[in-house]
This record gives sequence, C-alpha cells and structure tokens, in this order.
Amino acid sequence: MNQTAIKLDGVERNFGAVRALAGVSLEVGSGECLGLVGHNGAGKSTLMHILAGTLSPDKGEISVGGARHEGQWSVNVARTNGIRCVFQELSLCPNLTVAENVRVVHGSLKGFGWKKRSRDLALAKLDEIFPGHGIGPTDAISDLPIGKRQMAEIARAFTLTDIPLRLVILDEPTSSLDAVTAQQLLTFIRSQVAKGTSVILISHLLGDILGTCDRIVVMKDGKAVAERPAKKFDRHSLVAAMGTVVSRHKSTDTKLEQAKSQAPVAIRARPKTASDTDELIAHKGEIIGLAGLSGHGQTRMLLQVFSRSDAEITEPLAFIAGDRQSDGIFNLWSIASNVTIRSLRSLLKRGLIVGDAESGLAAEWKDRMGIRTPDMNNNILTLSGGNQQKTLFARALASEAGIILMDDPMRGVDIGTKLEVYEMIAREARNGRTFIWYTTEMEELQYCDRAYVFRNGAISASLDHDDLTEEKILQASFAESSAA
Amino acid sequence: MNRSLLRSLLPIISLAVVLGATFYVQPRTMSYFGLNLMLQYAVPIALATIAQMFIITVNDLDLSIGPFVGLVGCISATLLYSNPLLGTLALLLCIAAYAAVGALIHSRNLPSIVVTLGLSFVWLGIAVLILPSPGGKAPEWLKSIMALQTPFIPFPIIAAVVIGLVVQLALMHSSFGVIARGAGGNPRAMARAGWSMLKTKAAMYALAGFFGVLSGLSLLGLTTSADAHVADRYTLYSIAGVILGGGEFIGGRVSPMGAVIGALTLALAGSFLIFLRISPDWQIGAQGAILILVLALKAPLTTRDASK
Amino acid sequence: MINIWNRLRHEPWIWSFLAAIGVWLATITYTGGQGAGEILTAALSFATFSIIVGLGQMMVITTGPGNVDLSIPATITLAGVVAMKVMDTDSARLLLGIGAALGVSFLVGAFNYGLIRLLRIPPIIATLSSSFLVLSTAISYGRGIRIKPPLPLDSFATARFLGIPLAAVFVVVLSIVLAIVIKRTLYGRAVVAIGQNPRAAWLAGINVNQTRFMTYVLSALLAGVCGILLSGFSGGAALNMGEEFLLASIAVVVIGGTSVAGGRASVPGIWGAALFMYLLVTMLNTFGASAGVRLIMTGVIIITVIVIAGGEREQR
Repeated sequence: MNQTAIKLDGVERNFGAVRALAGVSLEVGSGECLGLVGHNGAGKSTLMHILAGTLSPDKGEISVGGARHEGQWSVNVARTNGIRCVFQELSLCPNLTVAENVRVVHGSLKGFGWKKRSRDLALAKLDEIFPGHGIGPTDAISDLPIGKRQMAEIARAFTLTDIPLRLVILDEPTSSLDAVTAQQLLTFIRSQVAKGTSVILISHLLGDILGTCDRIVVMKDGKAVAERPAKKFDRHSLVAAMGTVVSRHKSTDTKLEQAKSQAPVAIRARPKTASDTDELIAHKGEIIGLAGLSGHGQTRMLLQVFSRSDAEITEPLAFIAGDRQSDGIFNLWSIASNVTIRSLRSLLKRGLIVGDAESGLAAEWKDRMGIRTPDMNNNILTLSGGNQQKTLFARALASEAGIILMDDPMRGVDIGTKLEVYEMIAREARNGRTFIWYTTEMEELQYCDRAYVFRNGAISASLDHDDLTEEKILQASFAESSAA
Repeated sequence: MNRSLLRSLLPIISLAVVLGATFYVQPRTMSYFGLNLMLQYAVPIALATIAQMFIITVNDLDLSIGPFVGLVGCISATLLYSNPLLGTLALLLCIAAYAAVGALIHSRNLPSIVVTLGLSFVWLGIAVLILPSPGGKAPEWLKSIMALQTPFIPFPIIAAVVIGLVVQLALMHSSFGVIARGAGGNPRAMARAGWSMLKTKAAMYALAGFFGVLSGLSLLGLTTSADAHVADRYTLYSIAGVILGGGEFIGGRVSPMGAVIGALTLALAGSFLIFLRISPDWQIGAQGAILILVLALKAPLTTRDASK
Repeated sequence: MINIWNRLRHEPWIWSFLAAIGVWLATITYTGGQGAGEILTAALSFATFSIIVGLGQMMVITTGPGNVDLSIPATITLAGVVAMKVMDTDSARLLLGIGAALGVSFLVGAFNYGLIRLLRIPPIIATLSSSFLVLSTAISYGRGIRIKPPLPLDSFATARFLGIPLAAVFVVVLSIVLAIVIKRTLYGRAVVAIGQNPRAAWLAGINVNQTRFMTYVLSALLAGVCGILLSGFSGGAALNMGEEFLLASIAVVVIGGTSVAGGRASVPGIWGAALFMYLLVTMLNTFGASAGVRLIMTGVIIITVIVIAGGEREQR
C-alpha cells in the first residue's frame, strides 16, 4: 500500500435504537483489494452505503486521497471522487437497456452520439470482464436472467468516462454468478488493482476473499474487530474471527429427542427451487432449523410450505416474519389488533368479533410474551423493534396453528428479547408445536433438534443436533464455493 | 424475446384489425376523403394521450387532462384570439402550473390521482369563468393548419406519425429520455446515481402540460369554437390510449409511437362501430368491449419482472 | 369538554364535520338566519346519495393503492333502470324490482373483479371498461319512456319526518352497519389489513382474493341501492343519473379522512364530507358565486385536504 485512496475515521450510524456502526475506522490504499467479512447485521452494508453517499454517517470523518473531506458527503460528491458501488440489491432500471443503464451513471454521456458511445462502453467492459458473456448492450434488463443482470451491473461500475476510477465497492458480487463468471470477475479485480484502482470486496464466500484480497477486515456488531494481510488468515482463523464462541444452552435430552423423532410427521416437502434435493421432514414437536447463506432458498421453502404447494401438511400454519416492515406489521393498527388478527375466528360470536374476548386475548399475550407497553391499544409503532417482533410471535402463538414457520425472525433484536423468545419456543415445542426456523445466526441453531443446510435452493445437508457446529454448517454452505 | 416482440407489435396489430374491419364493413372509407373524415379528431386525442404518457412514465396518473384540454380551448378561443401576446402568456402559465403540480406531488409524496382529480375541477372552473357558455372563435391560423390538405396521405395521419416520431425520439432515444424512464423504472436507483427526482418529475409534468396545450389548440382548430366540457372524455381516452399502446401504469414502460397508435385505434373504433350499424345504444359498450379484448390479449404477454 | 376535544381532534373525520358546520354557519350568517333548517334538510337529502356510493368507494380504496371503482355511475344508472322497468309502477312488484336491481349490481361487481383478477387489468382501467358495457346495457334495456317509480318507493325516498328525510335515516342505519362490519367482522378486518400491507395480510392467513372480490361486489351493490333510491327520489331513472357520482364518490372518501394509500377507513368522515360538499355549493350559491368559482373552490379544497392529510405515509 503506497498511498491512501479513501479513509474512514470513527464512523457511527444508528437506525433508531439499533446501532449499525459503532465507530468504524477503515483505510483503503490505492491499488489495494480490501476484503470485508462478517456475519449478517455486522454493519458491512451500512458502511458501504456511507462510502457511496447513500447514507450519511451520524458521526465520523471521511478523507479522500489523504485530504479530509469538508462539508456534506453525498452521492454526487462520492461520484465525482470516483467511487462506484455495486449494491447487494441490484440498482439497475429494469425497463431500460444495458447501455441506457450505463448512461444513468455517467452525466457526460449526452448529446449527439451518446447512444453509440454508451453501447460501446458497455460492450467493451463486458467483453473485458466476462469474455463470452452473451449480453447485448441493447437488451432490456428485465429480459435478462438474474445472473446476467449482476454481470451488467458489475461491468457498469467499472465503465470509465470523464471521472477517473478511484474505488469500486462490490457487495456480494458473486451471489448470482456461476463458477466460471465468478472466477472471471475475481481475475479482473486483480488486474484492476494492478492498474491502481482500489476495490472493496464483500463476500460470504471465504475462498473468494482469501484468494483475491490483499488485506482482510473482519466486522462484528458494527465494529472492525480484526485486520490482517490476507496471507495471515486461513479459513479457520477467519471463521474464528467472525464467529462467536458458542456455549451450549441446552443439555441434550436423548429420550426426548427419540420421542420426537417417533412422533407423527407434521410436514413433508421437497424444495421446488432445485431439481436434485433432499426432502424436508418435520415431526410433531420438533424444532427444525434452516441454515446456510442468506438467500439460498430458505425463505422460499417457508413460503412453499405456507402456501401448501407440493407439501404434505397436517396442521394449520402460522408465519412469523423477519422483515417486520414488509411482511409482518400492520402499521396503522394498535398492538392488540396486530396480535389478534390471526386468531379472530376463535373470537366470533354470531359472526361478530367480541371486543372483550379480543382485548382479553391481547392482554394474555402481553403477559406471556412480556410485550413492554403501558397500553395494548397504543399504535404498534410505539414499540421498539424487539417488542414489535414479540408482537409477531404473540400473533402466531396465540393462534390455533400447530406449525409455526419462522423467517429469520430475530434479525436486529436485542439479546434480552432473544433469550426470552428462545425460552418460549422451547416450551411451545414441548407442548407439541412444530417449528421450522430459518435463521442466519449460528447460536440459534443450537436450539434446533435438526437443521437443513441450504445451498442454491437445494438441501445440501441434514445435520442432527449434535452435529450443529459452525464448522460443519459453513462446510455444507460453502462445499462448492464458486472459486475456492 | 418472442413475447416482448409480440407485445410491442400488439398495438399495430390491433390498429390493423380495426382498420381492416372498417374497410371491410364500409369500403368507401378506403379513400383520402374517408380516412380524413374518420381520423379528424385523432390529432387532439393523440396529443392528449402523449401528455398522459409523460405522467404515466413517472408512475403517476393525470385525471385532469380532459378538462385541461377544454380550458386551453377556452383560453385560445377568447384571449389568444383577441390578444395573442396575453393568450400565449396564459398558455405558458398553464404549463408552469403543471410543472408546479408535479413538484408538489413529488415533494409531499401525494397520490397523483387525488391531486389531479381536484385539479380537474379547477381547470373546469377557470374554463367556465372565461367562457360561461360555448362560443368564442378559433384564431384563423389554427383553423387553416387543421384544415390542411396534404397530398396523397390525409393530414391527420401525417400529423399523428410526426407527433409519434418526435416524441419517440425525445423519450426513447435522447439521453434525457433515459433519465425520465429510469425515474419510472427504479426511482431509488436513479436517486443513488445522483439524479434529482424532483426536477425529473417537474419536467415530465411540464411536458404533459405542453402537449395538453397542443391538444387543446388542435381541437379548437377543428371545432372552431370552444366549450369548457368539450374534452371531458379525453381523460379516459388518453389513459386507455397509453395502455392500448403497450404502456404500463407502473415501471416506466411506455411507448410514444404505441400511444399514438392506441389513440388512432380508439378514434377509429368509434367510426367503425358507427359503420357496423351497431345500435347507438351499444356504441359505448362496444368501445368498452374492444378495450377489454385488447387488454385481455395483453395479459398473457405481460412478463412478470423477476426481481420484484 | 376539553377532554372530548382532545380526543376528537385526532380523529381523521372531525375536520370534514367542522368544515361542514363552518360553511353552514357562514351561509346562515349571510342570510341572517333565514332558511337554516331548510338548508340542512336539503343537504341531508342530497348528501344521502353520495354517502351511499361513497361508502362503497371507501371500502374499495381501503383495500390498497390502485384500487378504485369507476363503474359506480354506470351501475347506479343500470340499477335504476332495471328497478323501474321491473317494478313497472306496480307496488306489488316493488321487492322483485329491488331484487333484480341488486342482482345485476352483484353481477357488475363480480365482472369487475373478474377483469382485475383473471385478466390482470389494473382496477382503474378494468372498472372503466366495464362501466362502458354497463352503461350500454342500461341504455339498451331502458329504451323508451320514463317509467315512474311505484308509490311506496317514491314516498320512502322523499318522505320527511320533522324535517329529516326518511332516506337519510335509512343511510344512517346503513352507515352504522358498515362501521360495525369494518370493526367487528372478519371481512372488515381483512379489508383494512390488506390495505395496509397485502403481503403481511396473506402471511397472517387472510384470503386476499376473496376479500377483494367481496369488496368490489359490495361497492356495486351499494351503487345499486343508490340507483334505486335515486330513481324513487327523482321520479324515475335517467340515463345520466349516475354521472356526477364518479368524482363525488372519490371526493367524499378523500375529504372524509379515509387514507388514499389504503388501510384506514372512516365512515363518519363520509358523512361530514358529503354534507360539506353540498353545503359548500349552497354557500357559494347564496353568496352569488358563479358556477366557475364553485368548481374552482371544490378543486382547491380537495387539493388542500390531500396536501394537509396526505404524504404522512411513505410509499414503499
């Protein structure tokens, strides 16, 4: 590292009560490839959004090329300083062509002949990074499969017009690429770095990180906890740096486990997202984990079970969302209404919902879940995130459902709440309820009787409680990592 | 690929079918004079449809374009007739008002349907104030433009094609057009790339206002006298025209040429139904049926965006 | 007193009532107290009709962004025509006529949702296209002379008791029933839930399609009721009788404090807004304002209301 390309100093960022970044300092040299790893929610994406100017930091300084930046750091400031970002969720306009999407990020592509220039630019960069890509610059994005969209967006980030490229941030760039194209990208990154451009690479594929980066920073709980040259890391030390030392919360009760596995089957379903895959089987009273990297088909599995397509289900279902805002909460309603919506049928008398019964049910679950509010008739948004999540648990558990599907429900929830909820889940399972629990947090798998590890939409391993170690799960998740 | 090709051809196929059916039912329409007569009103409808299309491009809807076209007619038949300078100024003010509404809708995140619904009352009210009962006079130059006799191909067809091509060029092939359509396709990504959505929306509304003014002028040139209510139906025509032309309400997917073709189809369908000697009772119903039929054809061709 | 006010001022519908009262007071101040009662009676009579269709439109709009029923005017006309023709001035056929009118209304609602669901046509275009068909049906079926309503219907629609129109009492009952439906039935909860977040509603076990279907049918049925009453009120059905209710039905919903983004319905607001709209026109008439000024005021008020009330919820 000879010269600093960009530097963050003590950057903090909060979302409401959640502390996404707790004072991060980061330096990227010009011509350096920096790897950034950490579990979900460690703050990697927030940090990248701040670098790209789409989020502003609550606190901290940003320096470019050694000089401290004064004034508001914004999208346009980042752009004119040659910073480009490939976000995890794609940022292309689906109704535009590849070339038109290139035009979107280049203010200078206008006037006579802009079309040809941006077509040439797009095609040249695609050819350079992904030889044999099979993408036409006039193809509409919505006509391209997801993998090619990602290739188009990556190529777009490296296109060059009037502003020299200083830093390109790639957030999980290979998540939709096949092994060949992923390798093409990693090779290209090395050649770019050799030319003096800096790259920040964020990936769950540790093999990619170890093989491509010069230096690796490990993030945890909104902080950078470890930083070493890539050569000083190997897969084990990296996992150790990312992970938490897990203490076993539960002593294994072999008798209970045996009893559970002999209970009648509650769910039998085969993932529709892959052709060659095992079945998911859950016995009554079991807690079944769905593990693996995020976005590898776990949520789709839950939705498949929920909509009872290609699945044998013996009991009523309830769903606990992880993405509270888009899948769970009814914003305009009180806490009580949010709890009872799944159970209204049982509160009917001559076709009308009995008010007392409804508030009774809400009060009962306020106590049982420990929802912290002075009044269940307050709007749901008066609750903290953790208590909103408890409300969603109460909604499902108050219902008649015998099977509870959980879509990584503890995302961004404080540890106190978590422990209370884990306790609740264990108790409900002993009472005969079946849980299917998609989780991205290793510790939570310790509460499961069994876990299925997902990779590319298929079940790649089924691990019993005693085999649920971080190493084994990661191994199953990465078994055919794209470039390892 | 094939499906998207078929989708883009659908407006032309619909037009060809309606045109063919008209010629079949009434062969005499297959002449310069016949076409001229049948498509007379296609020009103002096409212009109003283009105006609507600009609004739909940015995921909004304009329920006030019909009364606005009527208002423009009233201003032009009075103010523009007696005092061209003042009249021009008034029309420019109308366009500025459209831009301001676009900015207001964006900055306060308002539902465009409701705001433009209220706006339709305002336009109508101003029109009625200016011209309480039908009357006024179209400026001579306007009348002579609309009565233009072009050689071989009737004027309305030439005008419609020119309008379609110009807007097609501006929206689908210019570098500004990319930003405008991107604003409908993925507003968040556009903001991330550093574009001001406020400016884009205001510009699109201003363009809609401009084409609304053109529509009002051309309609007045045909009717020669104004009426506040003359274009009330244009709101519905313009929306239907955009959709018939392959546009979609959400996602910045529009086609200017398609919209013009959709407007032509609607104008023709009216004549066709008259020639078909469908009882006048069922005229409007048949229009509804045609609309449903075309949209039903579109349903299986609509690709679901995989990312959403 | 202060307590009551503090609670009331957070209700979304209170403003439409305050506006209605304010306009009424301004009017009678201008006339020196003359005709205060008559104005209210007339307001109740005329507001009745926009309230009925407003309730239906409110339910449709409450199911979420993009949902709106533009076929209400045509359905009013068709129901009016069918009712008059089937009754054929014969009191004995009164119920038969009402049944027939509501029957065709049901079909219109079902047809609307069929277009939306099966052909995936956006609601605004679907209900617009079907309204053309419905209107033509009405024109074709209702050909010829104007048929007078049978006496019982006529007197029900026009009767007054102590200055209060009987029809208004009927609509009060209807409104209360609907308010209970929204608050205390599975269907009502489902509508409000879907309007807030259709995906969360589905995941909470609500049958989204069935609920939307019922809502479009309900809106059509209420338009049918309006058509029958309006025919009784104005001495028969007319082909343009529904026209003014296209904008009116949407305007009363919006001014009444129902969320345009869906998920929040307000029955009292419909009343306040409908009375306000009528009283506003009365006031402007009394002041001698021209038709143009009346229209401009209506528009400006709709926009002002949405600017003040709207934008409170980010659209995702």
